[in-house]
Amino acid sequence: MITMKHVHKSYRIAKRNAGFGEAWKSFFHRKYETIHALNDVSFTIRDGEMVGYIGPNGAGKSSTIKILSGILTPDDGTVLVDGKVPYKNRIEHVSRIGVVFGQRSQLWWDVPVIDSFELLKDIYRIPDSQYKENLEELTELLNLGELVRSPARQLSLGQRMRCEIAASLLHQPRILFLDEPTIGLDAVSKLAVRDFILKQNKIHGTTVLLTTHDMQDIEALASRIILIGKGRILMDGGLEDIKKGNRDIDETVAELYRSYDI
Amino acid sequence: MRKYVRRIKYNRKLYKHYVSINFRSMMQYKTSFLLSSVGQFLVSFNVFLGVFFMFRRFSKVEGFTYSEVLLCFSIVLMEFSLAEMAARGFDGFAGMVRTGEFDRVLVRPQGEIIQVLGSKFELTRIGRMLQAVVMFCYGVVKSQVVWDFPKVLTVIFMLIGGTAVFCGLFLIYAALCFFTLDGLEFMNVFTDGAREFGKYPAGVYGEKILLFATFFVPYALVQYYPLLYILERRTSIGYVVLPLAACWFLAPALGLWKFGVRHYKSSGS
Amino acid sequence: MKKYISFFRLRFSMGLQYRTAALAGIATQFFWGFMELMMFRAFYQADSAAFPMSMSATASYVWLQQAFLAFFAVWMMDNEIFDSIVNGNIAYELCRPVSIYTMWFARNIANRLSRAVLRCFPILAVAALIPHPYGIGAPADAGHFVLFLITLILGLAVTVSFCMLVYMLAFFTISPQGLRILFTSAVEFLAGAIVPIPFLPDKIGRVLELLPFASMQNVALRIYSGSMDTDAMRQAVLLQVFWLAAVTAAGRLLCKAAERQVTVQGG
Repeated sequence: MITMKHVHKSYRIAKRNAGFGEAWKSFFHRKYETIHALNDVSFTIRDGEMVGYIGPNGAGKSSTIKILSGILTPDDGTVLVDGKVPYKNRIEHVSRIGVVFGQRSQLWWDVPVIDSFELLKDIYRIPDSQYKENLEELTELLNLGELVRSPARQLSLGQRMRCEIAASLLHQPRILFLDEPTIGLDAVSKLAVRDFILKQNKIHGTTVLLTTHDMQDIEALASRIILIGKGRILMDGGLEDIKKGNRDIDETVAELYRSYDI
Repeated sequence: MRKYVRRIKYNRKLYKHYVSINFRSMMQYKTSFLLSSVGQFLVSFNVFLGVFFMFRRFSKVEGFTYSEVLLCFSIVLMEFSLAEMAARGFDGFAGMVRTGEFDRVLVRPQGEIIQVLGSKFELTRIGRMLQAVVMFCYGVVKSQVVWDFPKVLTVIFMLIGGTAVFCGLFLIYAALCFFTLDGLEFMNVFTDGAREFGKYPAGVYGEKILLFATFFVPYALVQYYPLLYILERRTSIGYVVLPLAACWFLAPALGLWKFGVRHYKSSGS
Repeated sequence: MKKYISFFRLRFSMGLQYRTAALAGIATQFFWGFMELMMFRAFYQADSAAFPMSMSATASYVWLQQAFLAFFAVWMMDNEIFDSIVNGNIAYELCRPVSIYTMWFARNIANRLSRAVLRCFPILAVAALIPHPYGIGAPADAGHFVLFLITLILGLAVTVSFCMLVYMLAFFTISPQGLRILFTSAVEFLAGAIVPIPFLPDKIGRVLELLPFASMQNVALRIYSGSMDTDAMRQAVLLQVFWLAAVTAAGRLLCKAAERQVTVQGG
């Protein structure tokens, strides 16, 4: 189970104005600005739930994922994942979660994908028998086949993303964070990825928190949607609650963004 | 205690795995590997040329002859190359922070240091190592040092201590990346600067620099003082183990690194 | 011309924005110069008779070298140009109705100028405060100073024209990176960046002084401290002008050939 209660997080960034004179001025005197990335964020996710986490760029989605995966410490508030505070005991916490950053690769570029998997086996200390079992299952569900024998750089984006997801699940985590897992994928790969996430949830009861800009992802995967804007939770409800009828999901969300002025 | 031994053993296994995957990656680009090795060699070969031509004009500096200076230079170069090969991951750490690659490190159940170390193993420094070995052999033959067991031991300790000092510097460099990505050029004074100016025994640069190199960043402990022992200008047996004392430098470096990681986790920059 | 001035302004304000980087760079170069000087001092104390320049002339040489590093460091080449040659984007630039040689040349000058302007004054100011003979001395006289400025700019131009040669050669090789490493390390030594040319054995020094590399930093730095006699100065300036013309001409020729190569092969 995941709970966030009254979580705050703010950053301080240097302000830079354009122009020659401004550059000269800021050389001697620099102004800072505080950005409230998360402003009193609270929600609970039950075991086995699949939640879509949406909002425009800079709304606070990545900050949330980073806090839940133990990368970032919040300024204030309580966070519990599986009864533990993620940023307190990092190593224990992260061996139970899986994270996919859609924009970044975790595979070694120039060696066969299977070599990266073998290294991950050592990093996560997965016992031989369990590794074999998991790898077989992932190979079948993600249709990896011979892909794992080629270096990551030779794979298409869709093929690579399937391998990335497998890499994040080799240690069979109970909780999976997906940060834009379908970004840039072609239609076939998108469907394959969605299908896999559904199966993973059904077979192992994996809890999934997914951020995306692709509303079809949400429609296919999430039974519940959390909308965040300017660091605040604006809406938390079922898919039907926001659709209110039979209109197109993209339009619904665009209208939602407009109505909250985010 | 047994828990720690197990952990160290496991980390060693993991590090070997990292080295092997780095090696296999590199072998995909043999030409580029060769060229980089040659390039690395040329950079330090220029430093050697500088020493060589200065000694065409002068016979001694601070009482050190050409072959004695080469002995000193070659050992520093070996220390530096070893540290660069092993701890190259720290050297390129700015990129890891900039691209967010370090987030990936934090979501994996292993220590941060072992993962960063494993991210890059730089075999191209082999060219530099080769030059150092050649210069060392020349220095040994020409410098008329009578080698005995304590002196050989001194050289080995110099290599260990020196590699530790340079690794500590790389670690500090990496830790600073958590706070600024712009001001890092200054750290070159301590790393590249030490490689460049380590060609002459630290005493050459005057008393103040020697004091700095003794107590602040302990270069002199792995270079100047043990060299004096090898050249029989000092006789106390304490000079043999002095280079090992330089390992203390890793402690503040580790402290700064830990502090940096905590800062990163709270600022997320 | 206006284009290049605005390019210069852009680079310069970019340099200002990275305040920490600029300060760190200045401090680094200052320390570097200081260590170099301490080394020269040790040799001076060991055998002052074997010293080819006075200690204070050597100090001026070292400080100017650090202050104007961005003028003469051959390794500071334009990575964007190399990238565009390797990935083929260069084909677009070749299609435009401007001389690619002139454009890149001006861009490189602007780049180096903006870097040096930001960094040279603090270094020179501090170096001027250091007591004789380790600080930077005043120029020998007004005439020397004017000549120093002229040869400084000429040296910058020769350095850039040489870098242009390397960019152009990069069109014809499979590994521009290797070419670059080779050229940089050779030039560093031949130009007197590792050891000032007067410190080299006389025979080698006499040959080096005729080569284009000596027309880079060597001339201006030595004229400033007055360690060249009138004849030597006249010869050095003439050589600078000659090499600038020759290397630029060679670069332009190569540029034409490169354009042909790109159009024939289709990029």
